[in-house]
Amino acid sequence: MATRTKNGNSLTHRKKADTINKLKKKSYPKGRQVDPPSLDLVKRLLGERARDRQHLIENLHVLQDQLGYLSRDVLTALAADMKLSPSEVYEVATFYHHFEVADYSAGEFPEYTIRICNSIACDLAGSDELIEKIKYNLGEMVRITKVPCVGNCDKAPIAVYGKRQIELADASKIGLALEKDHSTPLMPDYQTMEKYQEENHGYDLLKSCLEGDKDRSDVIGELDQAGLRGMGGAGFPAARKWQFLENTKKPRVLVVNADEGEPGTFKDRYCFETTPHKILEGMLIAAWTIEAADTYIYLRDEYPHIHELLTIEIEKIEHAGMASFTTIHLRRGAGSYVCGEESALLESLEGKRGLPRNRPPFPAKQGLFQRPTLINNVETLYWVREIIANGAEWYQAEGQPRLYSVSGRVKNPGVIRAPAGTTAKQLIEDHCGGMLEGHSFKAFLPGGASGGILPAKLADEPLDFGSLDDHGCFVGSAAVVVFSDQDDIKSIALNLLRFFEDESCGQCTPCRLGCEKMIDLMEADEWNEELIGDLSQVMRDASICGLGQAAPNPVNSALRFFGEEL
Amino acid sequence: MSEAITLTIDGQEVEAAPDETIWQVAERLGTKIPHLCLRDAVDYQGDGNCRACVVEVEGERALSASCIRKVESGLVVQTQSEKASKARDMVFELLLADQKEPDGEFNNWLEKMNISESRYPGKDAEPTDGSHPAIAVDLNKCIQCKLCIQACRDIQGNDVIGMAARGSHSLISFDMGEGMGDSTCVACGECVQVCPTGALLPADKLEIPDKKVDSVCPYCGVGCQVTFHVKDNAIINVEGRNGPANHNRLCVKGRFGMDYVSNDQRLTVPLIRKDDVPKTVEIDVDPSDPFKHFRIATWEEALDRAAQGFKEILAFQGGGALAGFGSAKGSNEEAYLFQKLIRTGFKTNNVDHCTRLCHASSVAALLETIGSSAVTAPFISCLDSDLIVVIGAHPTSNHPVAASFIKNAVDKGAELIVIDPRRNSLAKYTDHFLQFTPGSDVALLNALLNVIVEEELYDQQYVEANTEGFDDFAAHIRNFTPDKMAPLCGIEADELRIVARKVANAGAAMIFWGMGIAQHTHGTDNARCLIALALICGQIGRPGTGLHPLRGQNNVQGASDAGLIPMMYPDYKKVTDQEAQEKFESYWEAELDSETGLTVVEIIQAILANEISGMYVMGENPAMSDPDSHHTREALAKLDHLVVQDIFLTETANYADVILPASAWPEKDGTVTNTDRRVQLGRKALDMPGEAKQDLWIIQEIGKRLGLDWNYEGPKEVHQEMQGCMASMKHIGWERLEQEDAVTYPVDSDDEPGHEVLFGNGFPTPSGRGKLVPAEVLPADELPDQEYPMILTTGRILEHWHTGAMTRRATNLDQIEPEAYLHLSPNDIKNLGVEPGEAVRITTRRGSLEIAVRHAPNIPAGLVFMPFCFSEAAANILTNPALDPYGKIAEVKFAAARIEKIS
Repeated sequence: MATRTKNGNSLTHRKKADTINKLKKKSYPKGRQVDPPSLDLVKRLLGERARDRQHLIENLHVLQDQLGYLSRDVLTALAADMKLSPSEVYEVATFYHHFEVADYSAGEFPEYTIRICNSIACDLAGSDELIEKIKYNLGEMVRITKVPCVGNCDKAPIAVYGKRQIELADASKIGLALEKDHSTPLMPDYQTMEKYQEENHGYDLLKSCLEGDKDRSDVIGELDQAGLRGMGGAGFPAARKWQFLENTKKPRVLVVNADEGEPGTFKDRYCFETTPHKILEGMLIAAWTIEAADTYIYLRDEYPHIHELLTIEIEKIEHAGMASFTTIHLRRGAGSYVCGEESALLESLEGKRGLPRNRPPFPAKQGLFQRPTLINNVETLYWVREIIANGAEWYQAEGQPRLYSVSGRVKNPGVIRAPAGTTAKQLIEDHCGGMLEGHSFKAFLPGGASGGILPAKLADEPLDFGSLDDHGCFVGSAAVVVFSDQDDIKSIALNLLRFFEDESCGQCTPCRLGCEKMIDLMEADEWNEELIGDLSQVMRDASICGLGQAAPNPVNSALRFFGEEL
Repeated sequence: MSEAITLTIDGQEVEAAPDETIWQVAERLGTKIPHLCLRDAVDYQGDGNCRACVVEVEGERALSASCIRKVESGLVVQTQSEKASKARDMVFELLLADQKEPDGEFNNWLEKMNISESRYPGKDAEPTDGSHPAIAVDLNKCIQCKLCIQACRDIQGNDVIGMAARGSHSLISFDMGEGMGDSTCVACGECVQVCPTGALLPADKLEIPDKKVDSVCPYCGVGCQVTFHVKDNAIINVEGRNGPANHNRLCVKGRFGMDYVSNDQRLTVPLIRKDDVPKTVEIDVDPSDPFKHFRIATWEEALDRAAQGFKEILAFQGGGALAGFGSAKGSNEEAYLFQKLIRTGFKTNNVDHCTRLCHASSVAALLETIGSSAVTAPFISCLDSDLIVVIGAHPTSNHPVAASFIKNAVDKGAELIVIDPRRNSLAKYTDHFLQFTPGSDVALLNALLNVIVEEELYDQQYVEANTEGFDDFAAHIRNFTPDKMAPLCGIEADELRIVARKVANAGAAMIFWGMGIAQHTHGTDNARCLIALALICGQIGRPGTGLHPLRGQNNVQGASDAGLIPMMYPDYKKVTDQEAQEKFESYWEAELDSETGLTVVEIIQAILANEISGMYVMGENPAMSDPDSHHTREALAKLDHLVVQDIFLTETANYADVILPASAWPEKDGTVTNTDRRVQLGRKALDMPGEAKQDLWIIQEIGKRLGLDWNYEGPKEVHQEMQGCMASMKHIGWERLEQEDAVTYPVDSDDEPGHEVLFGNGFPTPSGRGKLVPAEVLPADELPDQEYPMILTTGRILEHWHTGAMTRRATNLDQIEPEAYLHLSPNDIKNLGVEPGEAVRITTRRGSLEIAVRHAPNIPAGLVFMPFCFSEAAANILTNPALDPYGKIAEVKFAAARIEKIS
């Protein structure tokens, strides 16, 4: 006798169905089959695009942009088309947050998706309330996803619809964007190549290099004399980094790290939005100096407008014959903070998951595709151009200026050009118009999410490489986020740790499990200092890359400076 | 050898090679640094991700993973500093937090490090994945060391396992995040072997074995060394050993297919056919219940009866009326003794085995051209190749471990060319997959040869120094231009030119082939072309070069070497050669027949022609394996006297008068010779069931009853006798094998390794040169026509081996591939108006059967593939027995067929 189950199917009947399914499965080769319509679709959408492994992320972008999400059938077809295994494609597609791997049935795919940044600056500006509000206003028809820092912190909170960033977002602006379908990026009013040539003698420096008026050692010597350091955050002397490439085997590679993702940082974006050709000329000078046969720009995918302007302007450079000695490749990131770490970035450029590499070997010896590689941050290359144009002495006289991204509870947040070693107090008071009305200065991040948290009483410390070591903090990319008496240190620290947990590549145990367990410990009513201390130590000492090594900084700062508040 | 490096580890100054890691040097110094993502085994590399092995390097703030950190001059390393030890302890403590019951290597380390619990909060358990019949997946135990990914991707080249998502959400996934059983997993089990936590385990719960026995896998010709884990006289687990051919690797058959040995259907008592049971072609004995047709006999009675039958035929009809089929599945010693029995006891050379259906044509061509029928280099040589050609072979199904090395070679930078009408998974690794028209091998190969000769790309120096017949060959090949051959073989002329140039210009090139080349009426010609290709390009005799016909059975090389073929004595001495005959007559102290015996298919024909009436079949299953099986079965039924010695009641045993229960491979000691010429030692792991006996004992008992004065105590004595008459076995003594497990022949002394790569300096031919033999383009014996418009080709599938007698009785293998399918292109399925899984009727001029279709995108329209392992839909009912004139191999790769929907 068959037993009746709740839904009326008999068990024996179901068993039979299982057997039929199993045999049906055997009527096909093992695994998911390549679905011919999906393969046709993939072939059509990719057209003539390259199919080698390094283009996997670019190809995933094409499909994601066109289809809105990536079904397993489409990914299986892509794998077949690119001669990759399904696992290789799936690994990469699920690593990057800008790819949505999902199998929606018809009509299930949400028509509207709004992304709300919930990193620290937007959090302070009320991103949570904003989410509640749009949920209330727009209801079920809109899907809301939280995303990490989109690099527009001075205009927080930020909402993203399609490729359009909605600045100082509120429910009505978002409603309007949906209504008018404003989903394309807004183009900034940047200095074009023509204007750059007209206003700044654009590319004359490069020409003097190419025409033999300058030699390679002049360029490196100038940078050395200027004392230019890497502006991505590590502060490594630029001239020395370039010199590592001397006598290495060819072909060599230059990589421009335009993956600024440190919460609170938006200076590279500012450079691109204003004078992109200063960066591009700096880049070409670097490529010429190290004799790079290929130059890659790895641009974070949160900046689609910059991708668009670069596509236009790079074509002009190439057309003008300015880049004849190197091949420029513009590549999109795909939503991964850790890819700002230079070796993870290389992996990503190779079309893989963004896992930082163990070092040594260093990129100067074995970088992209095992070739000797120089990786420079956008701002660094911006200053390269300025230094070569104006001289090392000028740079010194200006106080070795850099670009500070200031956000949070100040009146006029934004990118501030100021000498190295400027203090937080100076930035707030002299450059940003002081604290917001009704807020009193309590604490600040000197270097984004990873640089630790400092109390207001240390606001007179110079912000420069190494100057905050004694406080267990660092300036990094100079992302200064200012907090007030209305902000709770514990929730700030949690926000930062959640960011790291979200962005950890998961490769090494201390970071993967460390971030996760740290959040568990921080969510407890009482913080267990012994457990937190041991965990911090293993993360700092034994993580593969800077992400894991710096991830406990917010907790440690909180314990060190704000103990009474926890 | 680059210069040694001096560094300091724990205060001790040490020298190290530049490519050594800190972990390796520490290990050498006796310091065991914990490790999880590093597997200390051949071909594996540390990944540096688990951080269980971090050490402190002076002057560096962060700790370094010793498993991947290479030594540097002047490095000062502390492995036991407080910072390093604490970090390592913390790594284990963190990992332990999420584990309910730690297992495996991970647990061993926890115990060694005295870590019993974690202070950190743990995660909730997720459901486990039981979708795979052979492998149990419990990711709650996973520590994400990625060894399984390395195993699957970098070692075995299957690339099913990956790491999905990221951060604390990252998890091991199969393909697109499917259940393991729903993925493309081929169940090689490498991941299970390397998993340090028990997250991946055999589906049958692992128990502690009573003993572990080192032996060799009984399946294909790769010759993987294994360790059998035995409990209660059953194999409960199989582990890969670091043999020269397998580097610890195994495939699904070797790892999960060993319980056939203890299958209920094992023959455990001698059986004699009941007097009232006639032999009809249609007879179908249930192997689980043979007693309707057979009765139990004592060994004494069964052996007497078996021998008596042979004696009578010998007395009345002479030795020519007798024949024996030996087996490539048994040991060298068994093969040797069996052929000796047939030659000296039956007094005939009518002895053969399944090599005839396998590489006989390759052997004929190799002997004719280069004077040696074995491979010129082991398959692992391909790791030194710049270019690898795989033609007419599906090593990923049939020689999976050899295939893994081919994939490794491509990963290392070698270029691969795959030539086959059926796509196989190696095609993913090449830009040149030539999916040519079935049967047009010679046209395709001659076109390649034409380009190489016409464009003068051949190795002139090599040709002059080492070959003969080049001028005639060149004149002959002139006509076979790519443009003329392209329409015949279905590959564009330009593609043929590109491939030819690549082959000719490669620094070191190696050619692999399989049954797709051999099993044709023009099989010998196919092989001649491949040999010519290697000869004119000078691609023999150096590392990374050579000719490698992949042998299908664990001992097909050894059985042939041992003389289990009708035209040769051991070591390929021709029976028609008087000197050889005299030598063996004196060595065996017996009179020998000077006439070449009959081959497998010829014996079947001779039975039907009333020329043969008695047969002794040991471990072969011609009723399944031979072409046109209806015909074969008719012949078997017609025999006056058939003795079958096997471990199961095979389809052939249906027609037996006497059935002798024999020993399975894991139940015996003996040597086998793999495809590489490696002689390897198998050791007895199990006792035989019931009254089953050692094959060697049975052969000897039959011999004694035929009047032979034999007193071999066991395989060792037989092996010694073989050494006395076979040059190839010189310096490969039993004791040496007990020590070394494997020795490759030829070998020059007792303490030197054998020669891996042969013919660097001429060939064992009368002239010392390799002969170039031209081949004509001939059609297949039976071309498609209106009545039979499709082409039927046959072969194996990954899970089932040969006729399926063993694998279909292995639980896991039978679960993965439980039934027969006709593999048909999606287009043809559509045109037939059927759905995958639906039964159709397939008919050839020999027979007809009903079988379900499988959606097979790897097959071109017009072709249909059928595995021959399923007795309920025996492919050989349909195949064509037409023979290659030289190798006497049947054309089982090509028959005209018709497929119809069943209304």
